Amino acid sequence: MKGLESARTPEIVTIDGDYPAARLEQIWRSEPGLVGWLSSVDHKEIGKRYIVTAFVFLILGGLEALVMRAQLAGPELRLLSPEQYDQLFTMHGLSMIFLYAGPILTGFSNFLWPLLLGSRDMAFPRLNAFSYWVYLAAGLFIYAGFITGHGPDDGWFNYVPYASRAYDAGINIDVYALGLILLGISTTVGAANFVVTFLQTRAPGMSISRVPILTWGTLTASVANLLAVPSASLAFFLLWMDRQFGTRFFATAGGEPLLWQHLFWMFGHPWVYAIVLPAMGMVSDGLPTFCRRPLVGYTPVALSTVATMALGFGVWVHHMFATGMPSLALSFFSGASLIITLPSAVAVFAWTATIWTGRPVITTAFLFFASMIVLFVIGGVSGVMTGSVPVDWQLTDTYFVVAHIHYVLIGINVFPVVGGIYYWFPKMTGRLLDERLGQWNFWTMFVGFNVGFLPMHLLGLLGMPRRVYTYAYGMGWSSLNLVVSIGSLLFAVGVLLLLINIAISLRRGQAAGADPWGAPTLEWAIPSPPPSYNFAVIPMIASRHPLWETRLADDGARSTLTQGYLLDRGRETLGTTPLDARPNQILEMPEDSLAPLLLSLGLCGLFIGALVHAWWLAGLGGLGGFAALLDWLWPRYIHADLEKARD
Amino acid sequence: MTEVVTQPGALPVGGEGRNHVAWWGVLCLIATEASLFAYLLFSYFYIALQYGPAWLPERHPSLALGAPDTVVLLLSSVAVWWGEKGVIKGRRGQHLAGLALAIGLGAIFVAVQLVEWSQKRFGLASSSYGSLYFTITGFHMVHVIVGLIVLGTLLGWSIAGYFGPRRHTPILIGSAYWHFVDVVWLFVFSTFYLTPYLW
Repeated sequence: MKGLESARTPEIVTIDGDYPAARLEQIWRSEPGLVGWLSSVDHKEIGKRYIVTAFVFLILGGLEALVMRAQLAGPELRLLSPEQYDQLFTMHGLSMIFLYAGPILTGFSNFLWPLLLGSRDMAFPRLNAFSYWVYLAAGLFIYAGFITGHGPDDGWFNYVPYASRAYDAGINIDVYALGLILLGISTTVGAANFVVTFLQTRAPGMSISRVPILTWGTLTASVANLLAVPSASLAFFLLWMDRQFGTRFFATAGGEPLLWQHLFWMFGHPWVYAIVLPAMGMVSDGLPTFCRRPLVGYTPVALSTVATMALGFGVWVHHMFATGMPSLALSFFSGASLIITLPSAVAVFAWTATIWTGRPVITTAFLFFASMIVLFVIGGVSGVMTGSVPVDWQLTDTYFVVAHIHYVLIGINVFPVVGGIYYWFPKMTGRLLDERLGQWNFWTMFVGFNVGFLPMHLLGLLGMPRRVYTYAYGMGWSSLNLVVSIGSLLFAVGVLLLLINIAISLRRGQAAGADPWGAPTLEWAIPSPPPSYNFAVIPMIASRHPLWETRLADDGARSTLTQGYLLDRGRETLGTTPLDARPNQILEMPEDSLAPLLLSLGLCGLFIGALVHAWWLAGLGGLGGFAALLDWLWPRYIHADLEKARD
Repeated sequence: MTEVVTQPGALPVGGEGRNHVAWWGVLCLIATEASLFAYLLFSYFYIALQYGPAWLPERHPSLALGAPDTVVLLLSSVAVWWGEKGVIKGRRGQHLAGLALAIGLGAIFVAVQLVEWSQKRFGLASSSYGSLYFTITGFHMVHVIVGLIVLGTLLGWSIAGYFGPRRHTPILIGSAYWHFVDVVWLFVFSTFYLTPYLW
């Protein structure tokens, strides 16, 4: 009987025609129909759901931005009231930073990790499903507030005392606080899943010096999330307590409003790296494919990824230079912020050298990846400028900061992500995106973005404050604002071209085959789209570029891709040691289950109950969640049977 | 150059103890929860340092209940550790008794803590000290109660015969969480009850 044996020598077999694929398909596929869909724990399915959901939030956040740009296109326009404008810029920030930028990368990593690592699923497949459902719930929670006219309205970093009950009496800010705690739960369990997956499920031979850089990026981001997310979740919780139960944490008299800023930015700055490092990893892995050579400086890039994050925990005060702190603190945090350019520059030089010494093939994906280097440099330089205290005092809360954050987040997140879509869409769907439309897509986005956001630097230098719902005639901002609005519209047209390309290519795109790009990493060794079990046999890895070994032929090391561990007695994959990836166990993977969805629904009840003070609903949700958790964790075998089977 | 890994020989199925994926999972949980308490205590010290010693409602908080209660909680950790040894060695009596004893001691801790709460002359909303005191000890109390539910569930499953020498990882995990909750208390206790004496 499955699961009762204590130890087994895994069979090593060679793939031969349909063997052993047909049998594995039976074991791994999810049941058809709605229940099968709701209970699936397949990382590819969950990854795609993450990507689609995050993209919906990107589009919503983009539409919100367009409405704001319409308002700001000329002076004294009154399309929106100040209150509506408050909700719009807050929802725009929340959608982009929390509901898009983080989850989209989680989606890519979810889809890609087991394929990159030569495994059959994540370490905790059910936790993975739970992470997605809670993310969806948090997004719906926050948007439900917005749609009913109670959307968060104090900006994405939600400073007190504006956000205190005395100044913001509705439930708007409670929607913010509770919704983001819910999202924090999703981020945290997702992060734990990535960490354990990295440590335990890499294919044999894939030591930590042979993993793709994307996994370094996501691992680093995940460790940081484990340590940083509690800070923000705590701040949200304390704020909710202040507002609902009269606690005095952030009270102007007897409390400490600045505590909010500390807690928020101790999370917020690491979060910036969490939403760019995996995207930089996508570039580090994708760019070399089109340069027809391995990444220059693998080890420095991997190390600088980790170093950036480590330093990133020590720079949060640079968001607070204008709060009147002692100059010693300002100097220290300014110095730390400037030092962080060193590890960041390592990656820039590595990419540039890869293109310089390679033979670039100018595909759409290449253009998105390569242009990201330019945008990263612009966003990095404006970051260095605001990292300097006197400059920051001039520029804080102006459009210069708005320009900086958009160069960072669109430049280092959206551009790599769209490049990633062009690169991995064939793996996800089996069809290539159209290249001709793709080139139009790239140039529209690139030109639109720079026309839209470069002038914002100038607007900031001219003194235009961020978050104003309109501005007077004669400030000297009118024509630049019109240019910004036109650029933003062009950028949006570029995103629309991407959506059109996806819609067309899903139906009529050219068939991709397993490896349309001639790429080096493991995900291209299996069919597109990948079968439910990913790898018919668990491969054995001898280098960083398992698919380029013949081409590079450097030292004769050869990975084995068509011969490997079979593992076909139920859902199984291979567990390996954390550093060297030597096989050390056979991992039994869980079946599909509704428990993750039910637990998420329980949490929804808990949070909705807490929001509207329906304590019966909160209690019911908590109990329901506990029941789902019990079902999830219920042991499968009586111990006496184990002993019998194993003696 | 390292060679391709070859036939590894017999491998354990599902892993047990500290090889188990769930063990690594609980370490991640502990890391993130430890951060949460670090941020809570940061908030305490941050506000305390803004106001100075006069901010404390009791210049020297009484240790009459807190100190013995701390000992009770530490003893419950010893009990869980003893029960864990029992399940690994197949001593069923020790296994069940250890868990039951830990639950009993944990419940005493909660009861004493509730008495202590009721004796405080300040409330959750009366000052930022009161907010911090009840929120931080409250957060800890919630963790103790979750720990008790975990241990209770494990005890139930143990009585039903699910665990023994060949499957004891869940006990290991529950006990790691419990030790964590107890260690966190030492930090919470030192912060609220001992550091005022140094000030």
